[in-house]
Amino acid sequence: MVMEIVCPAGTPAALRAAVKAGAHTVYCGFADETNARNFPGLNFSREEMQEGVRFAHAHGAKVLVAINTYPRAGAEEIWRQAVADSETAGADAVILADPGLLDYAARNHPDLRRHLSVQAAAANADIINFYARAFGVKRVVLPRVLSVPEIAAINAETDVETEVFVFGGLCVMAEGRCSLSSYATGKSPNMNGVCSPASHVEYRETGDGLDARLGGYTIHRVGRDEPAPYPTLCKGCFTAGGKTGHLFEDPVSLNAEQLIPQLAKAGVTALKIEGRQRSRSYVAQVVRNFRAAVDAQAAGQPIPQGMLASLSEGQATTTGAYKKTWR
Amino acid sequence: MNETHVSIPEVPPLLARPMALAPLAPLSLSLNTFARAVARNHPGLFRRLGEHAHAKFVLDPTDLPFVILLEPRGGAPKVTVRRRSAQGDARIAGPLAAFLGLVHGAYDGDALFFSRDLVIEGDTAAALALRNAIDDAELDFAEEAARLSGPFAAPLRRIITLTERRMGICLSRPPEELAW
Repeated sequence: MVMEIVCPAGTPAALRAAVKAGAHTVYCGFADETNARNFPGLNFSREEMQEGVRFAHAHGAKVLVAINTYPRAGAEEIWRQAVADSETAGADAVILADPGLLDYAARNHPDLRRHLSVQAAAANADIINFYARAFGVKRVVLPRVLSVPEIAAINAETDVETEVFVFGGLCVMAEGRCSLSSYATGKSPNMNGVCSPASHVEYRETGDGLDARLGGYTIHRVGRDEPAPYPTLCKGCFTAGGKTGHLFEDPVSLNAEQLIPQLAKAGVTALKIEGRQRSRSYVAQVVRNFRAAVDAQAAGQPIPQGMLASLSEGQATTTGAYKKTWR
Repeated sequence: MNETHVSIPEVPPLLARPMALAPLAPLSLSLNTFARAVARNHPGLFRRLGEHAHAKFVLDPTDLPFVILLEPRGGAPKVTVRRRSAQGDARIAGPLAAFLGLVHGAYDGDALFFSRDLVIEGDTAAALALRNAIDDAELDFAEEAARLSGPFAAPLRRIITLTERRMGICLSRPPEELAW
């Protein structure tokens, strides 16, 4: 059986590019704080979502709508409306994180399939089975902190489908629980849909290099010939106690294409590509590559070697937590 | 872990240097006409700019002896070509080919930024909005120029194809099968 590839679309053009490049499924969000990629110039109006779903369905692809931030007290209606509008648009599922919103969706839109967002940080079978029992969740997007054996252990104890990230920006934190962006900017992916919002990011060319600043703090300084630094605290470079280095790992991007056979063996249903903030060129190139990889896997052929590093944040890649080699 | 790098062609100095002597007013006028035609054909681009639809962008093709001041003005854009200085909310700098490749979807903006082929200074959010809006618009400068050229459209297309081939600069939307 072919593993499903779930591809990002920040714009209608990226959605069309992903579908044309062979995406089985595309995920996207509305242009507001209800999704975790609430970036300037990105996302879909209600009309664009309906049109995008029509286009995807006409080409045999599915559309998932991410409504994966946590509703603000007193403003829950914005999130509820997003769920209702997803069903109206004909979306194949919504990706939710907040238990209250999951409950609302299960009660009021029972026919709309519910996936659990990575933002819920559900990292063991007990909590995943709870979400399935309580809210009828059919699929969980697993956090990017699990190894392949841990994913296999989860799949052995649940009937809920699992979806794992295989390419793109690598969030090394327990998603949905990270406050680093809030600390520096007052805004977070969990509540506002923005990690290190662009409005608080500044790059400054200096005489001998480039500084990345977040919320007024310099978080990384690179030399003239080094890749531009990534503007998040978790990937910043700091000096303390006489030592200079990155806190968690060098700012590399996830690329687990060579682990597809192991992930299939571990019982994973779908492979997720991160990058709704990336261009249609990126989306198409990555999707084409991964479609070839899952088709090869299903046919029992070797996974083709990818050429995706030039598209990666930091221009370098890692297999991340799947093979835990970081410090 | 591995590393690769996309090579971005630059305008040869032999071509760029004479432009330093050329009068800028006719170039501004042509780019203005062109930008307004693009605005007419792609109104969604300006909607997508949102709160940044009135920002000022300094586009700095580092291999040419001038900079371009782009003011979207909510859908009634104004383009001014200036010698090396201009004030704006955001400055985006890089080889001309990087800008054109970005517009036509041949290059990815983040990849160009992280590889330092493109430099962004000033209002990062405005620059990001512009990049995302342009990426969604699926622009094709060759087609836009051909539409404005009336009976000269066919020879113009030939010149554009020849220029693309000779200089490696992307002046039109690449066919998807070939691009990716």
